[in-house]
Amino acid sequence: MWIRLTAIFFSVLIASAVYAADKPQIPHLDIGKGGQCVEDPQLMRKIHMNLLKHQRDETMHKGIRGQKYSLAECVDCHASKTTNSVLGNNEAFCQGCHVYAAVKLDCFECHTSKRKVTAEASK
Amino acid sequence: MNQANIDTNPNLDAKTNLDRRDFLTKSSVGLAGLAIAPGMLLFDLAHGRAQDEAVSNKVRWGMLIDNNQCESGCNDCVTACNTENGLSGGTKPTDSQWIRKVQLKDTHSGHISSLPMMCQHCDEPPCVDVCPTQASFKRADGIVLVDKHICIGCRYCVMACPYQARSFVHEVLTDQKTEVPRGKGTVESCTLCVHRIDKGETTACAEACTKAGHNAILFGDLNDPESAIAKRIRSVASTQIRADLGLNTGIRYEGI
Repeated sequence: MWIRLTAIFFSVLIASAVYAADKPQIPHLDIGKGGQCVEDPQLMRKIHMNLLKHQRDETMHKGIRGQKYSLAECVDCHASKTTNSVLGNNEAFCQGCHVYAAVKLDCFECHTSKRKVTAEASK
Repeated sequence: MNQANIDTNPNLDAKTNLDRRDFLTKSSVGLAGLAIAPGMLLFDLAHGRAQDEAVSNKVRWGMLIDNNQCESGCNDCVTACNTENGLSGGTKPTDSQWIRKVQLKDTHSGHISSLPMMCQHCDEPPCVDVCPTQASFKRADGIVLVDKHICIGCRYCVMACPYQARSFVHEVLTDQKTEVPRGKGTVESCTLCVHRIDKGETTACAEACTKAGHNAILFGDLNDPESAIAKRIRSVASTQIRADLGLNTGIRYEGI
């Protein structure tokens, strides 16, 4: 009797674990303006850091500007429409995913996390 | 995460859009090169360089500061620099100062003059020599910069600079300017408004000085014999501060 009950208990446990694994707790991000990204979103999730790092060296040392993978452009599209920032809470575009993935985010210790408010927009 | 989710092929929509973007970029660059007359371009590029072209040593940026035009009480260049680069404007030892006004007094005659002092953008910068991580570097067009991505904040360059032009960021900063990233634990100094130069503009201090009507700061390309600054340096006597060090500074002074 007990053996049977234990077996049922464990099978329920395993089934629920499998169910949970099927539906992971993915972060719900505020993507800001969103729209067409410079690359496929899945590719961006994987390698955005490499693209940014490559371009930062080109800009810093060679003065090459206006290229596709710009951090300022990331912020411009993805800063929240309410807070105007990609940081600040766990739904914010950059912070939300980095907290979920437990990866330290260094960019915004120097770079601004806020969308640049143009003179026209602030009127 | 399911492996099947990771799809490295951009979808068709993205591809079409990128092709379009590519086409527009290239065609605009092509258009910008259209000459309407010899030596005259239909659209002006950033100081003759396309945005996606690397800087070259054909250009050397510099400034000529006319000490006779610089007014003693005027602080407009300092204020403009602070506003442009998002500096606090404080003058405590721990505050960043990229440019400061210095008063000189001739002890014999009693004559007082004042001049702006900032990074002199040396041809052979001591700060670059001593940097252990090569974070302090000279760009091909003569602008001396700190790559804050690789600066470890050792402050060796601060000590090596004969002009005391460098500052260290001691505190966490917020609300930096988009074009001027600054952060705690790194060294910084005058960038010769590199973000403006790359757009084809002049420096914030020179602009403010002209606006105030003093015209004491002349910005330009020292290598171009036809530029206003090169012509002026050829025609009047100008000095480099601490010329004895042989650093060949990009900032020159007139009338000191």
